[in-house]
Amino acid sequence: MTTLITAAPVDDVAPTARAVIRPGVLPAPGAKQWVPACPVARLVPGRGVAVLLPRGRQAALFLLPNGMIYAVGNIDPYAGAGVISRGLTGDRAGEPTVASPLLKQVFSLRTGTALDDPEVALPTYAVRVQHGLVRLGVPHP
Amino acid sequence: MSTTTERPAGPTSTATRTVVVIGHGMVGHRFVEALRSRDTDSTWNVVVLSEEADAAYDRVGLSSYVGAWDRSALALSGNSYAGDDLVEVRLGTRAEQIDREARVVTTSQGEVIAYDALVLATGSYPFVPPVPGHDSEGCYVYRTLDDLDGIRARAEAAIARAASEGREANGLVVGGGLLGLEAANALRLLGLTPHVVEFAPRLMPLQVDEGGGAVLKGLISNLGVQVHTGAGTSSIAAQDDGRLAVELSDGTALLTDLVVFSAGVRPSDAVARAAGLAVGERGGVTTDATCSTSDENVWAVGEVAAVEGRCYGLVAPGYTMAEVVADRLLGGEATFPGADLSTKLKLLGVDVASFGDAMAATPGALEIVHTDATKGTYAKVVVSDDARTLLGGILVGDASAYTTLKAYVGREVPGDPGALISPAGAELGADALPDDAVICSCNNVTKGSICGAIAEGACDLAAIKGCTSAGTTCGGCLPTVKKLLVDSGVELSKALCEHFEQSRAELFEIVASTGIRTFSGLLARYGAGTGCEICKPTVASILASTSSDHILDGEQAALQDSNDHFLANIQKNGTYSVVPRMPGGEVTAEQLITIGQVAQDFGLYVKVTGGQRIDLFGARVEQLPAIWQRLVDVGMESGQAYGKSLRTVKSCVGSTWCRFGVQDSVGMAVDLEHRYRGLRSPHKIKFGVSGCARECAEARGKDVGVIATDKGWNLYVCGNGGQTPAHAKLLASDLDDETLVRYIDRFLMFYVRTADRLQRTAPWLDALEGGLEHLKAVVCEDSLGIADDLEAAMGRHVEGYQDEWKAVLDDPEKLSRFVSFVNAPEEADPTIAFDESGPRKVPVLLGLPTVRENV
Ligand SMILES: Cc1cc2nc3c(=O)[nH]c(=O)nc-3n(C[C@H](O)[C@H](O)[C@H](O)COP(=O)(O)OP(=O)(O)OC[C@H]3O[C@@H](n4cnc5c(N)ncnc54)[C@H](O)[C@@H]3O)c2cc1C
Ligand code: SF4
Ligand code: FES
Repeated sequence: MTTLITAAPVDDVAPTARAVIRPGVLPAPGAKQWVPACPVARLVPGRGVAVLLPRGRQAALFLLPNGMIYAVGNIDPYAGAGVISRGLTGDRAGEPTVASPLLKQVFSLRTGTALDDPEVALPTYAVRVQHGLVRLGVPHP
Repeated sequence: MSTTTERPAGPTSTATRTVVVIGHGMVGHRFVEALRSRDTDSTWNVVVLSEEADAAYDRVGLSSYVGAWDRSALALSGNSYAGDDLVEVRLGTRAEQIDREARVVTTSQGEVIAYDALVLATGSYPFVPPVPGHDSEGCYVYRTLDDLDGIRARAEAAIARAASEGREANGLVVGGGLLGLEAANALRLLGLTPHVVEFAPRLMPLQVDEGGGAVLKGLISNLGVQVHTGAGTSSIAAQDDGRLAVELSDGTALLTDLVVFSAGVRPSDAVARAAGLAVGERGGVTTDATCSTSDENVWAVGEVAAVEGRCYGLVAPGYTMAEVVADRLLGGEATFPGADLSTKLKLLGVDVASFGDAMAATPGALEIVHTDATKGTYAKVVVSDDARTLLGGILVGDASAYTTLKAYVGREVPGDPGALISPAGAELGADALPDDAVICSCNNVTKGSICGAIAEGACDLAAIKGCTSAGTTCGGCLPTVKKLLVDSGVELSKALCEHFEQSRAELFEIVASTGIRTFSGLLARYGAGTGCEICKPTVASILASTSSDHILDGEQAALQDSNDHFLANIQKNGTYSVVPRMPGGEVTAEQLITIGQVAQDFGLYVKVTGGQRIDLFGARVEQLPAIWQRLVDVGMESGQAYGKSLRTVKSCVGSTWCRFGVQDSVGMAVDLEHRYRGLRSPHKIKFGVSGCARECAEARGKDVGVIATDKGWNLYVCGNGGQTPAHAKLLASDLDDETLVRYIDRFLMFYVRTADRLQRTAPWLDALEGGLEHLKAVVCEDSLGIADDLEAAMGRHVEGYQDEWKAVLDDPEKLSRFVSFVNAPEEADPTIAFDESGPRKVPVLLGLPTVRENV
């Protein structure tokens, strides 16, 4: 595990790594730095872990029981504390969610938006799994 | 199969000409049948080349192969042409090359077959988008029986492996069109959790519009299909464990056991292209309206044909083409009249229909839409600009009007076109009905008598059934009865949340009686969706109340609230407070010294609580194990201050020291705390024990209050402080020690079983039918005959108790979760800070981040 954790971030490779199925499929372009988080096996389905990102940022990474993996910001925008990774996951009418463990506001794991307060949103991060290691995509500074 | 490949191709005694058919799909077969039935003089000899090993089968019904796995059930009737010497089918034989000059076809077996007429019926092949990893092991398409066999084998292996790893097996379908949804259903039937990724913002983008797509998505999601619309598939990477990691274009990722591509089809026109036949811009062999290609001896039918430049992905137009070519070969004049692309189908039990100009493409077309979110139906009609002629429409959820509506397409609508889709009958607002309208026809019950029953206090369906017998036969009237109830302002729902319709008490009964021990199992059988922060901890609590498994064991770990997950109380800055148990408020000097040292070493803020114990604030996640190790070493245990469970048993000093005391209140408090520690309940539970009537322990402000008398103990229940204080009420007097404990056992277990989520004992008693008298009867007289049961359940709890913290410290797996960052276990959370300049240490919160990082 130690070796994985210290694995250096890798940069996004040239376009071949992500082919376009149909025009316009890809999210915001721009190269990303892929920060190693942890082996997939370390994730408990339904729960999150916090991941330290470059420049002191932090993300909350979740594996859901159905196999989906999401990453959003870890700082609860209401409480100003790094606790989102410790929230409970679930869904609201099919939208995958996490609830802050502090005051229980519910956020979409897909878009980061607070469901009852569309003005507020957590940042979202791209996820990639390679050889069993989960990495998060962080835009280059 | 009556045909053989040995028989040489070519004219026989009667037939003078040979037609070679390439492809034995649905349309190829229809062509042969049409030709043979019309060619009464037997002028044509037919040779069919079939690439697939099976003779023509029902591809439209391909999905019904799942489950029965019986190929013969799908065979199209007459596909062996038994007894017809003029038809020869060569199975497993591909047409490799066409020589139009020489008029011969070369097969994959190397034979060369001469033709007078050639019919291309090669159909389509599934389009696989060139996503990196699309050819990984575990990627499939959905077109042939062989495809389904492959999917089946993979799915069965995945399910076995997933079960051994304690997870769900799942599959991803790329493409949310008609075929994609069929494939998703097949995966569901195979026992996988299906995901569907659709690039368009809605499912079935070709058939339905946005509104219909939204209703469809809701209906399909309710069936357990995970729908991801507006997302493409960016890459697929095989993992070392054989699973596939799929990256979606919205930045999320999925770990899946298999992938099925259903991203559209392309005409199988390769052989025709190589032979120099004209093909359409988007593929398909170009023909005129007689299905004749650019070579007068070559014809194209079915999905491979681009008739006047247009390909048809449905079987009915293909059949028409087959008839046209059969007619032409016999000198007829038939032409292809164009096709109606209306569709009506049942996908995963959901009706979907679209007809005519469904997308309102006609200039000036008007749309009239009716949506019923609760029923999950969507209906739209498209009419001409003068609102008189029906042009088309879409129906989702209920397509019963399809046949009628389709009949009206292109005609003038009688009256208001909106009425065509207005919901009929009982749904027509029950309140508009007169009192003598019969609501329940089975039992001849009128609206008047149902409303009368409601007015007299029947406040749920069961009560109405009881007093009017409405809804007791076929049940068809129940939705209307329910609506009358709702209209009258009766609150019906006891539902825990959107995922469980049951109340907590009902779920408790279900768990107790079915023995289901997992949240996923309970959800699958009794709930919907994937759960949320309301039902997960509730079910976790029920599971904990009914067994002694550690709350962080297996799947249960994922259900616990953050507090229970880290076995500590989360505070406003994300740090935790630590409260060791001090039964009855007793603590040894050694323990007190350790608490002080721990507080000093970890810089914790110390405060004595109202429950006679000590709270240590400001511990970071990764410090919790080290703190608890030291506390456990001096014999302290978790105080469960974080849980919905027994908190403290507060006591006065009692007869051992106090001159007024009549009983040993401390001794009793310590015994009670030891007995009930760790018991999970709907809400927190507090006890108090006072040594005489002076009540120094404030026991009557507790859920369970015990007050000494000179003959024994008085037992008070259902009191609390907090927002709505309540005095505990006397349940029984002058009890001896043993009876006291038995009564408390019964009382607590009865509460744990029947209370709602987060309902403390006082409101529970208020809501209890029969109130205190009923409770007395249940606890003291065993009026329900469940006392033994309740005591036995408590006995199991006492027996199985273990200190949650000690168990975690002994388990490296559980211990490894106590880190701030999974990728930097040594790092402390840099955002946690304290201010120690004032009279006491306080947390400093971050400024609230407002920028949204778009990644
Ligand atoms: C799961 C599923 C559900 C469907 N549901 C519906 C529906 O509800 N309604 C509807 O109208 N349509 C539906 N369709 C579409 C319908 O099945 C097709 O429109 C129809 O099968 C087309 O018939 P075809 O004979 O043109 O092509 P196919 O049925 O594809 O047959 C072509 C055959 O030719 C063979 N072939 C190709 N090249 C060669 C060669 N060079 N040499 C020899 N053989 C060759 C192929 O292997 C294939 O067996 C569905 C399709 C699928 C897959
Ligand atoms: S309740 Fe009675 S026994 Fe207990 S401390 Fe007060 S006076 Fe003494
Ligand atoms: S209509 Fe009421 S039970 Fe049949």
